[in-house]
Amino acid sequence: MYLYSLTLQRPGGVVCATNGNFVGGKTQEIVVARGKTLDLLRPDESGKLQTVLSVEVFGAIRSLAQFRLTGSQKDYVVVGSDSGRLVILEYSRERNIFHKVHQETFGKSGCRRIVPGQFLAVDPKGRAVMAAACEKQKLVYVLNRDAAARLTISSPLEAHKTHTITYSVIGVDCGFDNPVFAAIELDYSEADLDPTGQAAADAQKHLTFYELDLGLNHVSRKWSEPVDNGANLLVTVPGGGDGPSGVLVCAENFVIYKNQGHPDVRAVIPRRADLPAERGVLVVSAATHRQKSMFFFLLQTEYGDIFKVTLEHEGDRVSELKIKYFDTIPVTSSMCVLKTGFLFAASEFGNHALYQFQAIGEAEDVEASSATLMETEEGFQPVFFQPRGLKNLVRIDQVQSLMPIMDMKVLNLFEEETPQVFTLCGRGPRSSLRILRPGLAINEMAVSQLPGTPSAVWTVKKNVTDEFDAYIVVSFANATLVLSIGETIEEVSDSGFLDTTPSLSVSLLGDDSLMQVHPNGIRHIREDGRINEWKTPGKKTIVKVGSNRLQVVIALSGGELIYFEMDMTGQLMEVEKHEMPGDVACLDIAPVPEGRQRSRFLAVGSYDNTIRILSLDPDDCMQILSVQSVSSPPESLLLLEVQASTGGEDGADHPASVFLNAGLQNGVLFRTVVDMVTGQLSDTRSRFLGLRAPKLFSAIVRGRQAMLCLSSRPWLGYIHQGHFLLTPLSYETLEYAASFSSDQCAEGVVAVAGEALRIFTIERLGETFNETVVPLRYTPRKFVLQPKRKNLIIIESDQGAFTAEEREAARKECLEAAGMGENGSANNGDQMENGDGDDEEKEDALSDEQYGYPKAESEKWASCIRVLDPRTGNTTCLLELQDNEAAFSVCTVNFHDKEYGTLLAVGTAKGLQFWPKKSVAAGFIHIYRFVEEGKSLELLHKTQVEGVPLALCQFQGRLLAGIGPILRLYDLGKKRLLRKCENKLFPNTIVSIHTYRDRIYVSDIQESFHYCKYRRDENQLYIFADDSVPRWLTASHHIDFDTMAGADKFGNVYFVRLPQDVSDEIEEDPTGGKIKWEQGKLNGAPNKVEEIVQFHVGDVVTCLQKSSLIPGGGECVIYGTVMGSVGALLPFNSREDVDFFSHLEMHMRQEHPPLCGRDHMAFRSAYFPVKDVIDGDLCEQFPTLPPDLQRKISDELDRTPGEILKKLEDVRNRII
Amino acid sequence: MDLKASDRFNINSQLEHLQAKYVGTGHADLNRFEWAVNIQRDSYASYIGHYPILAYFAVAENESIGRERYNFMQKMLMPCGLPPERDED
Repeated sequence: MYLYSLTLQRPGGVVCATNGNFVGGKTQEIVVARGKTLDLLRPDESGKLQTVLSVEVFGAIRSLAQFRLTGSQKDYVVVGSDSGRLVILEYSRERNIFHKVHQETFGKSGCRRIVPGQFLAVDPKGRAVMAAACEKQKLVYVLNRDAAARLTISSPLEAHKTHTITYSVIGVDCGFDNPVFAAIELDYSEADLDPTGQAAADAQKHLTFYELDLGLNHVSRKWSEPVDNGANLLVTVPGGGDGPSGVLVCAENFVIYKNQGHPDVRAVIPRRADLPAERGVLVVSAATHRQKSMFFFLLQTEYGDIFKVTLEHEGDRVSELKIKYFDTIPVTSSMCVLKTGFLFAASEFGNHALYQFQAIGEAEDVEASSATLMETEEGFQPVFFQPRGLKNLVRIDQVQSLMPIMDMKVLNLFEEETPQVFTLCGRGPRSSLRILRPGLAINEMAVSQLPGTPSAVWTVKKNVTDEFDAYIVVSFANATLVLSIGETIEEVSDSGFLDTTPSLSVSLLGDDSLMQVHPNGIRHIREDGRINEWKTPGKKTIVKVGSNRLQVVIALSGGELIYFEMDMTGQLMEVEKHEMPGDVACLDIAPVPEGRQRSRFLAVGSYDNTIRILSLDPDDCMQILSVQSVSSPPESLLLLEVQASTGGEDGADHPASVFLNAGLQNGVLFRTVVDMVTGQLSDTRSRFLGLRAPKLFSAIVRGRQAMLCLSSRPWLGYIHQGHFLLTPLSYETLEYAASFSSDQCAEGVVAVAGEALRIFTIERLGETFNETVVPLRYTPRKFVLQPKRKNLIIIESDQGAFTAEEREAARKECLEAAGMGENGSANNGDQMENGDGDDEEKEDALSDEQYGYPKAESEKWASCIRVLDPRTGNTTCLLELQDNEAAFSVCTVNFHDKEYGTLLAVGTAKGLQFWPKKSVAAGFIHIYRFVEEGKSLELLHKTQVEGVPLALCQFQGRLLAGIGPILRLYDLGKKRLLRKCENKLFPNTIVSIHTYRDRIYVSDIQESFHYCKYRRDENQLYIFADDSVPRWLTASHHIDFDTMAGADKFGNVYFVRLPQDVSDEIEEDPTGGKIKWEQGKLNGAPNKVEEIVQFHVGDVVTCLQKSSLIPGGGECVIYGTVMGSVGALLPFNSREDVDFFSHLEMHMRQEHPPLCGRDHMAFRSAYFPVKDVIDGDLCEQFPTLPPDLQRKISDELDRTPGEILKKLEDVRNRII
Repeated sequence: MDLKASDRFNINSQLEHLQAKYVGTGHADLNRFEWAVNIQRDSYASYIGHYPILAYFAVAENESIGRERYNFMQKMLMPCGLPPERDED
């Protein structure tokens, strides 16, 4: 089996981010590392974050830094990754790529302890960069400019110190003096040798300054001083005239200002009043705002509170450090303050946000200061505050992130054309069920009912120079309705259009006249109101029309074509006639190319399954240039011109070309390239779009030509970052559509469907999925489908959290204290469910989603079981577990005795603790009955077990439970579950169970899969095969009788299969391989499964499922990851494809090595050698290569670049 | 087989060089504790370096990723508890 791996949804989580001026010019951009991908984001004029570029780097990005050479206009990005190399990138606007300026190798690849890459620090003046590892190694590179103003980099200077752990590294701002880097370090050498523990207790963190002497080209330890032992983060304080220089040391509970030769200035970080005493306050991210006259710092704590830190200073003497409560937003992994007054907050989990500053925290608020710091016998006196609503920030945009995906199922619960992906995402109060549908999201602007069933709709401008459309024209079976577009849209009768007849086409002709084509003629409405009418000869009627601004072709019944052209005087003149062999099914003319008199090509589709290209040149007018036969009669044609482009904002180079698109009656969209000179057709591609013949319309997307295809669902074909994408829209079936542009909506679509006129815009281009969000209460763990009623049952649990009642009580208390009294309580009812993301307007005092749940002691758990109707998103039943119990596993089960029908089993643990040692007070298996038509649950009974039941599964009318290392079979009793059989021989902890026929596939947390059998006659469970490789499983899925798919904690996906002969032997053996089972060696099973597929995803995969995302598409394995990406593994079905793609992959590896310096093959084989998987993400980078490189690779493969692109498109279309 | 003096010197010096350059390179007298400490430190460094794993732990413990990273760094000081008493021989 060979698989093609493709990422469908790029990861959403953010590892780190940095902002700067990467494009050059005045704009501010943000470079964001999402683990394996590097993105360039930019807030546009309306404050929406746009992704300018997204590159997969095939490596783990760990740190980013930005620098600028003095006097330069543009910033560079330094990337620290797992490649053992330092990479400096420059954004190239012309080609829309990151250009690798330098790549310096310093060590082995991989995330190792002593190989730098974890930390990066740059000198604020851009003269040097330091790369540091967790331990020991620090390298400094000097950056400079050569005669041609190119960036140069020196060989590395070492600043190593053995036995030293590094916590944070930054560049100190000391103007144009020698560059200085500061680091928090901890020396462990003595602690390792002292058995009394005295040395460990005395171990002291130090703040160390490293000076790079630019004259001597040498790095020395300049200064080292003990610092608070809770120190974890450094922040640069502006210097060199703008400030006092030095650093802010963020430590647990404190912020300390330090500089060489300066006494410490220390202040406490205010605490939330409800924080348990055992917990400290740690700063997790920091941002600096700098202006000419002032600067301040924003520090965010692990609870989400942002504090504004200011320094009172005179020259370089700091007299006071103030920490003032600023605002509370969800915890971030990185914050960026943009010069344009925005704050980009990259959330640790869930959606990211862009905030605008309303104020900079000048108003009165809780403040801690170094001047008022009180030291008592118990330590420093804390300062308390209460989080409140946003005062200084206002959220203006969100960026979707699925991180972390906890569980996922691909189901077609809504009986739509394609299945939906149900994902459990997020954590704590920000968790949600997200229903993903392949396709683009649309934003419906208006729906209005029409007096009948319309058949077609057009929009038309009055003048070619107009920005917006003037009329919407709707055609009915026997009438035409004209609507004028203004402030509102209303019917008009003075437009000059004939309203007593249906219309076939309405368009702008010439510069300022309008044309209406109806079955009996052409009505030409001149700008001054004169009307010219052309009537059809005899009894013939017009059946089809094709037109552009200067040319019109009509097809009469019987197959006669008449060609008109507009002359100099603005008169429509008949030019040529042509008799086609039969009736014309459809026709189209390409738009007039810029600077030309006419378009050269006319495409005509006939019912004899052919499409002809006819010339419209005066020399060979109406000559057939080429003929293409197709599989079914064409219904609609569209000639789409792609303008020549040389990269720029939106993608790679491509020459101008004309595509002929045809929607065929069998539902297939047929695309082919038309040669600009000869009109020959080549390079055909076809794709099944839906059950109805696609109708094609041209549209404008981001100022470029695009195509709308209306089949049983609408599709959009457009160019995104250099790729042509054909993506479904998540909208109902449409009849007819036209592009729409008005004051309120620059790039919209107007469409008719049923009796309604709809206006909508298309959002978030480039996304694979659009999502519907249902908020949840706690971190979702797992979910199951109730098969009969199609409800979802979700289990949610959070450690260290209060239950809803406790929170409610605390909230009341707090609100009463704040004097809100009765007023607030009405709102509180809804607050039990954490509010949905949109109602930020609502004045709620403490939205959990924004502020997080109050922290409880770590041994406290809150958990609930929820029954949710996915169609409405309503929760029909919510059981909050009491008594410190938390749910971890769930399954539906039908017991033998059919008294209750389908029951729900939930595995819970009471008082679970991970530290200092994993312990549990008790485990339980709850059995629930569905009541009220599956909408509600009723507890039948609860059975105590000795460990945490992490896995439950139905098996032959009984319940299988994995409790720690025990696999046990239960039957249903009256008062409790009854033990029937068990096997205690599993190595560690059972995390999931799958069953198929009489086989049981058990996944161990640490030891991969175990294949078991149950012998009913002897009532025995035994393991007959296991894996020889230790795998820390995080997800597993049953593929077939002998095969399992699994994913481990280190980011690998693999398949194992029981060899065919072993499998046969076991099935044929009357003892079921039991005799052999007794002969296992070294406590293992007698048979071993074989690894047949292995692939490193580079992200922890949390769920796997075998499914097909499109009707008629191949079944593939879909996975979801912690970072919020969704990917697919598609099995190849021909040897030829395998050869082709493995060669393409090989050439891509050679010609286009990954951006951040990690070797592609090494990355995909990070833990185990990659086996039989071809990396589609690498292959899909082929279109981004320069044309000569594309040609080089395609020559090697004996193909044309077009054929390779077609192959790539084909294989993607088989997945989604 | 008997080694020449220069060879012996060579192997030893090579080993010393490796031990100085690569933290965690073993030696003949490595005890169980030293070995375990080294493995643990490597593991923690790997957790810190691989952000998805860090996030996975953070979800399990309901802590922020920043706190989780800090905790792992703190544990690098004494990952296996106190070192055993050394025999004086």
